[in-house]
Amino acid sequence: MRLLAALCLAGVPALAGVLPEDRVDVLYHRYQGGGITVQGPSILVQKRIGDHFAVTANYYQDMISSASIDVLLSASPYKETRTQKSGGVEYLHGKTTYSAGLINSVEPDYKANTSYYSVSQDMFGDLTTVTLSYSRGWDQIYRDIKVNGVIVNDPTFHQRADHRVYGLSISQILTRNMIGTLNYQFSSDQGYLASPYRLIRYVDPNNPVGYSLAPQVYPNTRTMDALSTSLKYYLPYRAALTGKYRYFTDSWGIIAHTLQVDYLQPIWHHWTLDGNVRYYRQGAASFYSDLFPYANYSNYMARDRELAAFHSITLGFEASYAFSIPRASWIQKSSATLSFDRMMINYLDYRNALYSKFDPGVIKAGEEPLYTLDASIFQAYVSLWF
Amino acid sequence: MRNRIAMLPALLLVTLALVLPTWAGVAEVPAPGFTLQSSDGKPVSLAQFKGDVVMINFWASWCGPCRQEMPLLNDIYKQYEAMGFTLLGVNVEPHASAANAWLKKTPVSYPILYDPNSQVSQLYQVQAMPTTVIIDRKGIVRFVHSGYLPGDENQYMNSIRALIVQ
Amino acid sequence: MSTRTVRTVALLLAAALLALVSGCAPIEPWVKPYEREHLADPIMALDRNPVSSTYLDHVFETREGARGATGAVGGGCGCN
Repeated sequence: MRLLAALCLAGVPALAGVLPEDRVDVLYHRYQGGGITVQGPSILVQKRIGDHFAVTANYYQDMISSASIDVLLSASPYKETRTQKSGGVEYLHGKTTYSAGLINSVEPDYKANTSYYSVSQDMFGDLTTVTLSYSRGWDQIYRDIKVNGVIVNDPTFHQRADHRVYGLSISQILTRNMIGTLNYQFSSDQGYLASPYRLIRYVDPNNPVGYSLAPQVYPNTRTMDALSTSLKYYLPYRAALTGKYRYFTDSWGIIAHTLQVDYLQPIWHHWTLDGNVRYYRQGAASFYSDLFPYANYSNYMARDRELAAFHSITLGFEASYAFSIPRASWIQKSSATLSFDRMMINYLDYRNALYSKFDPGVIKAGEEPLYTLDASIFQAYVSLWF
Repeated sequence: MRNRIAMLPALLLVTLALVLPTWAGVAEVPAPGFTLQSSDGKPVSLAQFKGDVVMINFWASWCGPCRQEMPLLNDIYKQYEAMGFTLLGVNVEPHASAANAWLKKTPVSYPILYDPNSQVSQLYQVQAMPTTVIIDRKGIVRFVHSGYLPGDENQYMNSIRALIVQ
Repeated sequence: MSTRTVRTVALLLAAALLALVSGCAPIEPWVKPYEREHLADPIMALDRNPVSSTYLDHVFETREGARGATGAVGGGCGCN
């Protein structure tokens, strides 16, 4: 089940003026929370070819096992796998880097293809790097149904969605010890942007639980603006402190703030430790409601918690160990990393409707406790530079 | 609105493509004199090498292309030394420890000088890392090269060959 | 801050950039190439582990309404 396309710009960023290092990363990821477990591998390869070209490739999988609150309310637990493959090339000419690539994501009910392009230019004595990027996505959306115990695509359901993303990034070296960045991103989505599985609920006194379910109705366009800034500072005893802030607004009425602070400390020759805190706050979409007062309340209606008002705090910790492989001199550097994040979300206008579903009459619809979600995110990866 | 937004990146792209690299350097001027401590512990002056073709290579241990270039510079030094050629490796780092650690792993036979206060880097208007300057037997700067890409050593050798016979 | 404000800021940014780039008096770089030791340190890289940062961005994007403007490129040793 996918609410929105996995439109991640998996394009490996270009260091304008220098091609990326040759490296291989093999990662295992695991997300667990809210009744959902998602795990899988991610393998990333970056390789220079000659002096002017570099290629990158990524293989990524999400193996999803979902018994989430949305699933339990109106569907049944499911398992599925999403596979994403991407490949890109970079070309360096003087102080300019051009890059382009493709991302292909496939799961039983969602197929997404994305192409991305970017140009990066060093200026002002290599103190400033300006990057322009554009990406275009084409999604095909299906709906899974069970026929004779087998999950197949509903032949009557086939929708499309298009995405366009424009980006402008500036990184600026401010002092010998500090670098700042400014990023602007404009996105435009068009087509079927809803979920074929999620439902809304409206007050219905005729129903013992106090509400009835109905399909959600989404607008078929969405434009988004995101503006972010970051500052990275080198501490004299060799550590790095990073602060980031992002402001997001869109045509659905969502306003979101993201604030993140990161502290990185190399220690004891081989170890690098990283601690970070991320605060996120979002206002609800204009057509979102946990419980609509009656059926067909408005043209657009959604009860997706991704569009609700909530705030979250994520605490992260990472430990990395640099080791050498004596018999392989062609490996310049290698490291093993373990990373753990704890994400805690408090919804301000999304209620746990399972309470009234399973205890009708005891807890009234609209008075269920607000939902909270705690999730653990685990990553283990090995990186080799050669 | 969408078309206007789309035009902006295109406009910026065109402008960026027109940005040509600025070029400034110390070419065709008498090479500024200096005295720096060397890895032997003794002070070394540029004036000592008047009459030789001198190549100055500004480098740092944190600079990838610099590290890549140095073994090739070592070969050039060994090839032309007997013909009145000197190579001076000027290290620009404020502290010598990282540079010395790297030199231990990858030693070179040409003199290494330390410029911790960036005095000589400023004198020679170093615009990029690495920077290679070639001075003729009369002490005039004749060749300045910023950066290093594999193959650049051929440019150095062409310049040296031309100046050695003068 | 409204969408219009965000877009105006972005356009102003781009315009300022264009003005600087199209040949006003050249600005002397205030951090010289030989002073970039700390900036060249791997701990100062803007994106040290792309395989991990891409994954985390994806985790947040899937659960949140906001997306984008997560990274930039630059910094580093500025060599060549």
